[in-house]
Amino acid sequence: MKADPAGVLTGVHYLDGDFACGEGAMAAGCRFVAGYPITPSTEVVERISRRFPMMGGTFIQMEDELASMAAVTGGVWTGTKCMTVTSGPGFSLMMENIGLAAMMETPCVVVNVQRGGPSTGLPTMVGQGDMMQARWGSHGDYELIALSPQSPQEAFDLTIVAFNLAEVWRVPVMFMMDECVGHMTEKVVIPPSDEIDIVPRVLSDKAPGDYLPYEVNGRPVPEFVRVGDGYRFHTTGLTHDERGYPVMSVECQEDSVHRIINKIRLNANDIVRYDEENVDGADVVVVAYGITARVTRMAIDMARTEGVKVGFLRLIVVWPFPEDRIREIASSTKAFVVPEINYGQMVLEVERCAAGKAPAILVPHGGGGVHDPAVICQAIVEAAK
Amino acid sequence: MSERTEIRITGFGGQGVVLAGHIIGHACAVNAGKHATMIQSFGPEARGSACSTTLAVSDTEVLYPYIGRPDIFVVMSAEGYEKYRDELIDDGILVYEKDLVPFKAKEGQKAYGVSSTRIAEEIGRAIVQNIVMLGFFTAATEIVPLKAMREGVAESVPAGTEELNLRAFDAGFEAFQESYGSGAEKKIEVAPVGN
Repeated sequence: MKADPAGVLTGVHYLDGDFACGEGAMAAGCRFVAGYPITPSTEVVERISRRFPMMGGTFIQMEDELASMAAVTGGVWTGTKCMTVTSGPGFSLMMENIGLAAMMETPCVVVNVQRGGPSTGLPTMVGQGDMMQARWGSHGDYELIALSPQSPQEAFDLTIVAFNLAEVWRVPVMFMMDECVGHMTEKVVIPPSDEIDIVPRVLSDKAPGDYLPYEVNGRPVPEFVRVGDGYRFHTTGLTHDERGYPVMSVECQEDSVHRIINKIRLNANDIVRYDEENVDGADVVVVAYGITARVTRMAIDMARTEGVKVGFLRLIVVWPFPEDRIREIASSTKAFVVPEINYGQMVLEVERCAAGKAPAILVPHGGGGVHDPAVICQAIVEAAK
Repeated sequence: MSERTEIRITGFGGQGVVLAGHIIGHACAVNAGKHATMIQSFGPEARGSACSTTLAVSDTEVLYPYIGRPDIFVVMSAEGYEKYRDELIDDGILVYEKDLVPFKAKEGQKAYGVSSTRIAEEIGRAIVQNIVMLGFFTAATEIVPLKAMREGVAESVPAGTEELNLRAFDAGFEAFQESYGSGAEKKIEVAPVGN
């Protein structure tokens, strides 16, 4: 299906990453946003709240982030595509209801414009310290999807991808921007609506009496209905059966929770998305994401002038992690170098998948700025020795 | 133009520093086929205190978004001048608000001053001071073609104010030509020492 023209601001713009993310959401068909303002994410909802009235969308400034995520989790069941927007401190407060969304298989998008942390940290400055929280922040076992854009253009393009992935896999999708990309203004090309592919909400064609909210019949995800359309409907964060009713048993836990994990794990290769450059035959492969990916490309150019054979793998979908590809590369490269604006998060995934075949060398940055490319270059040159 | 040109614009909150940066970036990226990455400084910049924005303009993709030492420094307040003047590269271009910035000439520095606030007041709205400055900047730096900048102004200002803003822009452009000439005859370092 193509995008609803009402939400698509076709043209060539000069936008910051936050505005571009908001435009991406509207182009993707998002028509309900609940949020609580927090630097550096507020511009996303500023943009949306200004433009939503023109396309029949609703923005609510909630009392806090718990309520914001709860409102999104509920809004989805009306058939509406929903999103919330926050930064680190708010992201922490959303965790419980993100788990609820995962358990109820509620497709939605959670934008986190990452700033320096922990706690209130560096409100106006960049960080990438919430990458593991995005994956593991809520309690219990679940899987979800997370993406990381490297530019305002990608903030637009990948927000649409985020909404589409949410619909296909019925998971909350974490949109892991960083302050640098969010507050950076660049050219953003928004194509005509008939060039934007949208995954619509697919509703069950079953008669009300035949429908069960969590019946899958071998498919990865159950069918949707809109609450209020006459179907008997129940959902809960408790372990539930096909009817959506709580069942406290080992068997039901295995059936339902293992399925919501496996729908992502068993289909991870359809979901992962990365860019690769000169990886085959490289002595060192650099893995990076978000703004760090751009700075890394400078470092790679510098290292190449010093004669090092460097490959680059840029994570676009960060969760699920491209395990198979990293495993493959580990057997042919001398080392991985992983720069990130934290003290070591995604590097742990690289290390896990490399499984001792090649070291994963972290190039940390505590936040508040981006890496000096020379520092990454030095790590690459050292790793190649 | 070298492959990458770095620009800092500074002034006090309310002068339209960020909009000025936005228009330069828009003109370069949308209307002149260049890459332009703008970064705003996000501090406690309420109205009246220091405000700053930076741009990296390049013929190729901007990989590193922040600037080091700018090639061009546009300054509209004394405070901003004090804070950032030594950052400008030695042979960089300084563009300043003549009546607000206590300019001190530096050897080898290309410096161009304009009474942009006064010109804006003469046009009838002091608020377009930043746009006067942009017109002046365009003539002084020639970093982006005049046409692209004029389009950038028209496309970036609030609807209904295009005519006023373009008048302000042209006034700034002409002010440069009157004071410093144009093209090959452009005079350099004419600002008097200790102005």
